[in-house]
Amino acid sequence: ILFIFEQYFCHIVLSPLIPEMATQEVQLNETLAHLKSESESLKSKLEEERAKLHDVELHQVAEKVEGLGQFVMKTRRTLKGHGNKVLCMDWCKDKRRIVSSSQDGKVIVWDAFTTNKEHAVTMPCTWVMACAYAPSGCAVACGGLDNKCSVYPLSLDKNENLAAKKKSVAMHTNYLSACSFTNSDMQILTSSGDGTCALWDVESGQLLQSFHGHAADVLCLDLAPSETGNTFVSGGCDKKANVWDMRSGQCIQSFETHESDINSVRYYPSGDAFASGSDDATCRLYDLRADREVAIYSKESIIFGVSSVDFSLSGRLLFGGYNDYTINVWDVLKGTRVSILFGHENRVSTLRVSPDGTAFSTGSWDHTLRIWA
Amino acid sequence: MTINTLAKGGWHREQMTCFQKMEKVIVAMQDPDMGMKMRNQRLLITVIPHAMTGKDIIDWLMQNYNINEEESLHLGGFLVQYGYIYPLKEPRCLVLRPDESPYRFQTPYFWTSTRWPVSELDYAIFLAKKNIRKQGELMEYEKERYSVLHKRINHTWDFVVMQAREQLRASKQRRKADRIVTECQEQAYWLINRPPPGAPNALDMGLERPSSCTTRMTLWPLNAMICCSNTIILSVRAYVLMCRFVKYSEQYQNHDPIMQGCLPSNPWISDDTAHWTMNAALVPIPTRLRVERWSFSFMELLSDAMGRQEFMMYLEKEFSAENLCFWQACEEIRHGESSKIVEKVEEIYKNFLAPGAARWVNIDSKTMDKTLEGIKHPHRFVMDDAQMHIYFLMKKDSYPRYLKSDLYKSMLSKAIVPQETKKSVFPFVRRQRHSSPSPAQAAEDSRSKGPQAGSD
Repeated sequence: ILFIFEQYFCHIVLSPLIPEMATQEVQLNETLAHLKSESESLKSKLEEERAKLHDVELHQVAEKVEGLGQFVMKTRRTLKGHGNKVLCMDWCKDKRRIVSSSQDGKVIVWDAFTTNKEHAVTMPCTWVMACAYAPSGCAVACGGLDNKCSVYPLSLDKNENLAAKKKSVAMHTNYLSACSFTNSDMQILTSSGDGTCALWDVESGQLLQSFHGHAADVLCLDLAPSETGNTFVSGGCDKKANVWDMRSGQCIQSFETHESDINSVRYYPSGDAFASGSDDATCRLYDLRADREVAIYSKESIIFGVSSVDFSLSGRLLFGGYNDYTINVWDVLKGTRVSILFGHENRVSTLRVSPDGTAFSTGSWDHTLRIWA
Repeated sequence: MTINTLAKGGWHREQMTCFQKMEKVIVAMQDPDMGMKMRNQRLLITVIPHAMTGKDIIDWLMQNYNINEEESLHLGGFLVQYGYIYPLKEPRCLVLRPDESPYRFQTPYFWTSTRWPVSELDYAIFLAKKNIRKQGELMEYEKERYSVLHKRINHTWDFVVMQAREQLRASKQRRKADRIVTECQEQAYWLINRPPPGAPNALDMGLERPSSCTTRMTLWPLNAMICCSNTIILSVRAYVLMCRFVKYSEQYQNHDPIMQGCLPSNPWISDDTAHWTMNAALVPIPTRLRVERWSFSFMELLSDAMGRQEFMMYLEKEFSAENLCFWQACEEIRHGESSKIVEKVEEIYKNFLAPGAARWVNIDSKTMDKTLEGIKHPHRFVMDDAQMHIYFLMKKDSYPRYLKSDLYKSMLSKAIVPQETKKSVFPFVRRQRHSSPSPAQAAEDSRSKGPQAGSD
């Protein structure tokens, strides 16, 4: 079946209507309609094949696994200092420092353990939706409505304005939704409202690779912890989660089972799967080798969208930050909800587990960050 | 009531999904069989029909969604906050009280999901009605807004006042119960669409996202499907795949601090950083759990600085240390600065690949040829194939032997199992939280010390 379609691989952009191009437009539309129906039929054939191999669900296999007891998790630290909604945060590899960014344009580096603020940067734009800590701990990257991702080396000189040494790395044509350093301080991966992801060289600001395939804003991304370390996953407003090869720029796998925008994606610790959180109020687990969704984490009483997800160190627990101000803790294997945590006074916008798994941090529209353990 | 029902334009997709789900709950609550039992509620001397108490709402949610009281109150609170249920008593406050306070379902006419372009005119009429009905009933912020509106739409002010009077007159002819209900409905509607200053804005949904994704149509999925279907044909049965999740979780369970706790204590809970000190990058003696983890996978061993160090020592004994050195050098190319790629590739060729090189690595001839060819035009990924070859060589050969070696076994037996910290005798006395040197500081120190500083 397959070889016929190799020739149909294409990327088409609909142009605005110009009267002279009307007949061309009609022809183009007809070809598109034809291709679309071919695409749909291949898609359904593929689902049939997948279904044949799909003989069991994750929670069925996990029936024999011991259930989890009650979890007592509390807020251990509250970080106050942002003047507006906290939009994003990231952990430093030293397991105690974090960087956070806010709607008011401020990016703050904290020692979360002591709750001291160590650095603060004022961005030239509001809505700083993305921030990331460099693996060395010596710099942070951030961006948002300025459509850029900038790297700020962290200086300890109290008199020095961090903005002075700022390096502009990424340039998109719409807002920056997420950014992440790869294994070193030298490369950054970004996703944007312009529908693309891109890999950049920090030193030169050069674009190393771009990733096209999403049909709408890309909202999140996560790098795979695999041995060969060459893939990442992204999620967007087109309800798709795509897995990409960083070297070639190709989309190697795609998953579309969510019913609304995907706000967050995170790899399972082994790298064989990833979880996603969406505005449809569900979290889902996708197995990369089985090439399908293997679990849904939802409850009828959970109505509000998930803004961010992350796994505990063993991958047994999935934490979800929700727009109803709560955090729901899920048993990844059994698919049940283990616990619900209250505390924030507005929606939880970002959630990350610390590098050694001792705690997780949440940022909220209530202007604060909390550390839970 | 004059509410414009003009354009029902694009609303945020996110809001619509929420509202649809809330409406599902509301409809279920009003189901004749499974829904709530509604009754007449007494409000001072008036009896309002089809009402329920806050407690009724919470009980119904608890029963039907199998959740506890706290969660039920939280969920019910949103139904009120978004105006699907409104309070009859104290209508200014959109809060759910878990007691006998009376509530009612909002009429769909006023549902938040039906997108109104809320017009200034309607708000002006609402405020005018309130002002006329009882002098001084307007709150401070309402008075302010009233006067702002008065200035802004002054030209239609006569119409505003006339409409207000007309609506008040019409309502006087209705029963008191109906009048109260309508007033509450309206008040709730305006509390959401024109919230008082400082109150949570229920309609704050953050940045606008595009309402549709039609303009960029891609047919790339065909390509992906070609790759996917190949994977399916070669993949194993789902059962085996699912089992891997169970196995992984079991293996790592003891290492998961949130699930099993950590020794001597979780720093975030006890304020004691001993756990971090014991597990620092390079310590004289590592903890038992850490050394055990090296045996889980080759990647675990390599990603731990100490593990890598130990493995290097072992390889040196076996005279195959060049493999790990080669692998590390390749990593530096892959993740390093673009400007240094050429010189690094040169170095690697000189040290590891050139015939007669000091630390020659044993790669199969096909890969060697390909790599040597690629070196002529060096780029970031030129070493990938060779690197992978050596990686899998170490993984399949040296790594398993390392785990069986005396070096590893003695490390495992020497490793510390920290004592769990006894709970403090005075739990209310908080330990002092010590700060730690920032990584940026450490980097700056080593830079300032210069080449005289000892190596890591």
